[in-house]
Amino acid sequence: MTDHDTEDHLEDLPLDPLPLDAWHRAKGARMVPFAGYEMPIQYEGIVAEHTWTRENVGLFDVSHMGQLLLSGPGLDAAVEAVLPIDLSTLKLGQQRYSLLLDEDGGVLDDLMVSRWPDALYLVVNGATKWDDIGTLREALPDDITLNHLDDRALLALQGPKAADALARHADGKYPLSALTFMRFGLFTIAGHEVTIARAGYTGEDGFEISLPAAAAAEIADLLCGEPEVKPIGLGARDSLRLEAGLPLYGHDMSPETSPIEAGLIFGINKRRRSEGGFPGADRIIREIAEGTRRKWVGLRLDGRLPAREGAEVFAGDDHIGTVTSGGFSPTLGAPIAMAYVAAAHAAPGTAIEVEVRGKRLSATVTPTPFVPHRYFRGS
Amino acid sequence: MTRYFTEEHEWIDVEDDIATVGITDFAQGQLGDIVFVELPEVGAMIEQGKDAAVVESVKAASDVYAPITGEITEVNPALEEDPSLVNSSPEEDGWFFKMTIAAESELDKLMDEEAYKAFIEAL
Repeated sequence: MTDHDTEDHLEDLPLDPLPLDAWHRAKGARMVPFAGYEMPIQYEGIVAEHTWTRENVGLFDVSHMGQLLLSGPGLDAAVEAVLPIDLSTLKLGQQRYSLLLDEDGGVLDDLMVSRWPDALYLVVNGATKWDDIGTLREALPDDITLNHLDDRALLALQGPKAADALARHADGKYPLSALTFMRFGLFTIAGHEVTIARAGYTGEDGFEISLPAAAAAEIADLLCGEPEVKPIGLGARDSLRLEAGLPLYGHDMSPETSPIEAGLIFGINKRRRSEGGFPGADRIIREIAEGTRRKWVGLRLDGRLPAREGAEVFAGDDHIGTVTSGGFSPTLGAPIAMAYVAAAHAAPGTAIEVEVRGKRLSATVTPTPFVPHRYFRGS
Repeated sequence: MTRYFTEEHEWIDVEDDIATVGITDFAQGQLGDIVFVELPEVGAMIEQGKDAAVVESVKAASDVYAPITGEITEVNPALEEDPSLVNSSPEEDGWFFKMTIAAESELDKLMDEEAYKAFIEAL
């Protein structure tokens, strides 16, 4: 018995353990190498953890991700030269999805950008953070300061009861309920200063809490002491984000894909689509006007056999694409996948086939998310 | 009836000239929630160590190898309806397939229960 799957060994250099390493082990987590760290893949089981998050609250340790703080004179203009974001519309307390692109418009990373007082706060992927820091440092003027906040941990609290659980511990100048999706604020939890963003990677309502690494275990214990909250591993994080139709860097997008192919046009802010002035702008603007030869789509497969990353997609005898993420959806009780397919076959409802171990499985192009998002956008 | 184990975490029950094969409780625990089992064709001849079945968990696909050489005589029809039997009853109701025993000598190299227990404890 051997796994076909491989974890993401992107860094072979041993890194210091993450702040909650011992905490996860004490909770019975099975640890696996991920993004250069040892991370919890599961505690009690992926399906149980997945379902718990959809119905209650999951606590995810995402401290492997990079937290960066940019500041300095002419910050907005300097950052707009690097990211296709419109910072004139990003107000204090707002967070927005953006993309780090190479000169050819390929995706180097996807990230979150938040407006702090006199600074921009970025959250980037764990496996790419060292490269991102290099790319940003090289592209930004010398008088822009880039701080890697590696003394901070990051916890995501996700699920329909996340606001109830967190409100019992988060104190601030305004109530937690004042935060709507993609907004953040300063709070304290057990006396520790934290920033809380209403965002996440599961499709559920939830929060991402940036906190001092030294307080991570204390705060994780406090949150897991709430009856609604259980720790959740990377396995369920992947199945949840797949159901939510959220692409994963390194799988559903990479330097080999453009954000327009990947359906991430919302990551290219409107003003920038006409003005350009960011890496890869020529290709991006051309693709917005002319379309792309292939498109990223969701697939729903008949039967129960999942198609994984790398499975080839066919329309009759024609090879039309490749699966980039796939698995079994616990919520739907059926296999789902994400794939790049030729644009002619990308319309929802199109019947196609996916090949798994020499067998052709019937599948249908399906709108994403597969499971509806339940973000809190205010009442 | 004698039960043997492999280092790939399969168990083999030998009764007369037929072997019943499944994966161990340790294996199902490692794999997690099983959502699909792809079984071999009845009548297929499979050599020891070659792919015989594939187990799909939520997370990944894993190969199950033939622990001995033989012809597949029966597969477990219950797994098609309920693949989670492999999680709930790995060493009984969740058996995978039955096969003939082409070379009894291949059994000699497998572990007994005690040896397997020691093997997984050392992992």
